Formats: sequence, C-alpha cells, structure tokens
Amino acid sequence: MHELSLVTSIVETVTDSLAAYPGARVIEVRLRVGALASVIPESLEFCWGIVSEATPLEGSKLVVNMLPVVMHCAACDADVTLDGVQSFRCPKCGELCADMRQGRELEIDSIEIDDGEVTA
Amino acid sequence: MTTRIVELRRGILKKNDELAAELRASYAAAGVLVLNLVSSPGTGKTAFLERTLRDLRARGSRVAALVGDLETDNDARRLAASGAPVRQINTHGICHLDAEMIGKHIDGWEGVALGGVPLGGLDYLFIENVGNLVCPSSYDLGERIRVALLSVTEGEDKPLKYPTLFNSADAAVITKIDIAEPCSFDRELALKNINEIRPGIRIFETSAKTGAGMEEWLGYLAEARGVL
Repeated sequence: MHELSLVTSIVETVTDSLAAYPGARVIEVRLRVGALASVIPESLEFCWGIVSEATPLEGSKLVVNMLPVVMHCAACDADVTLDGVQSFRCPKCGELCADMRQGRELEIDSIEIDDGEVTA
Repeated sequence: MTTRIVELRRGILKKNDELAAELRASYAAAGVLVLNLVSSPGTGKTAFLERTLRDLRARGSRVAALVGDLETDNDARRLAASGAPVRQINTHGICHLDAEMIGKHIDGWEGVALGGVPLGGLDYLFIENVGNLVCPSSYDLGERIRVALLSVTEGEDKPLKYPTLFNSADAAVITKIDIAEPCSFDRELALKNINEIRPGIRIFETSAKTGAGMEEWLGYLAEARGVL
C-alpha cells in the first residue's frame, strides 16, 4: 500500500524514542506485521535506506517478522493458526471462525542500539 | 561498543489510531451513527449513498456525508442533490482517508452541529472512502460500521483477492443487482466467498436504481442506531 508513509512513521517513532539514549546509533529495527496488514516487506525494505538517510537510523537494518493469522475456533475451543488468508476455516475441524486473535499487527517490536559507550 | 535491545511495542499507525479514538468519542457524544463505505472505484458507492441519503431523509432522519476522492468535487455535488449536507475531501494523491482528514472536515461544520456539539444535529454520518480496496482497511476513522461494497460486475472472487478489507468489514453490500443476470453474476458463489473471508457478516443485495434491498439496509441502519 503506502509503504513510504509507513516507513516515515517508523523512522520518526524510533528517532523520538532515542531521546532517552543520547548519541545512540540504531543497528536494527524489528517489526511485527500480521498477514492481514496489507504490507509488503520488500516494499518497506526498499524505502528504508532512503528514508533513514541522515537520521540516527542511517545504515540500520530493518527486520520484518510476518505473523500468520490466528483464529479462535469455537468448535475446538482452541486458537488455531491459518495457512493463508483465503479462508477463515479451522484447519482442524473445518468450521468457519470469526474471532481473530492475531493477524492485523503493524507495530515496532524492538530496536537494537549501540549506545556509544566505550567498553574496556 | 555496547549494544542493547530496547522494547518499543509501538503501533506504526498509532497517531491515526489515537485520533480515531478521539473521533469515536466525539461521535458517541453527538449520538450519531458513523459508517465508512469502502470499495473499488466504480462499484457504485456514490449511487448507493445517494439513494441511502434520499431514503433516510424521506423517513425524517438527519443525515450528512463526507466524501473522499483524489480530485474533483463531483461526488459531493451529486450527493448534495439529495438535500443532505455534504463535504468533499480531496486527498490529492493519497490513496485513503485518515482520521486527521476526517477531524479537519468536521471542525467548523456549522450546518451539522447543534448547540455547539459537532455533528450533534445528525442521526447518521456516512463517510465515502477513496475508491481502493487495499489501503483504507488500515485506517480507522472512528466509525462504528465499516461497509465493504462489491458490484455484480466485479467478479465473485473479489473478497478472496482482497481479504484484508472484507475481513475488517462489519457489513457487506452487493450493488447493481438489477444487472446481475446480464453479467452472469453467480450469487451463491459471491455470498459463499464473502462468508469464507468474514464468517457471519450481514450481506445486503441492493440496487440504487430500482431500490431493491434498500428496505432491509435501512432497517439495519435503524437497528444499529437504536443501540448507540
């Protein structure tokens, strides 16, 4: 979709969070992206270098962890992981499931930083 | 060098989500039912909305619409012919509406305020999103009901091709059923596909031209408004 604006938002959020770590350099940014978030990891990575240039994130790596859809199956009374997003049927019993437990995430999970301190 | 991991756990669209939460609270304070209409370009959102506005007004309901397009105010002029207050939002290239755009267009909208309460003079506010089945699904506008529309000319597998949008919808509307037959529209297959992606969703089969299905749709709106 609009990966450039998403990447811009990620860079801003991470930059803001660095206020607590003066002089720190970002090594890696880890995202959690649900299978139903309509986000293409390659498109995020494509924009990453351009948007992060001349920010504390320049040269950092973007890691996108894709999360499958997890539904709660009422019939099985269990959380079940779907293979794709083409059908919302329980892979165990075949019943349709309406109660989603995972799949829409679009968040920054964590960052790895070099806080600039020299260790002996 | 010392490296460390800092947990952030921040939503990438957090700013939009926060604004949407504020909008949701303001809709509740105004007692207005807000719906977000999403479909491909050409599905007939505007025709369906024109009909809905006219029919609701005929029943004495107070209605208004916000309509999003990249350019032109053509849709706003069409919708305004119903007599309802309408505001056009031009996104100038952006592929979806977001909560900030909605907030800006509600601010200072005197025609629909009542006693200083924004939207206080309304029973229903319809937001017609930019024609796009991908991006609008990620942007919460604070709406109570998200409506996914699909026309009989589009192919019964559209819900399977765009599961993100259909899965996030609260109601589905099939439009242009008056031309279902010449289009060889496979009704059963379309209903099945919608239900595969969003099990149990309410589905309305409508024609803005003939008025088919409108009675059921208006009944659903009244019911949803009743439990605000």
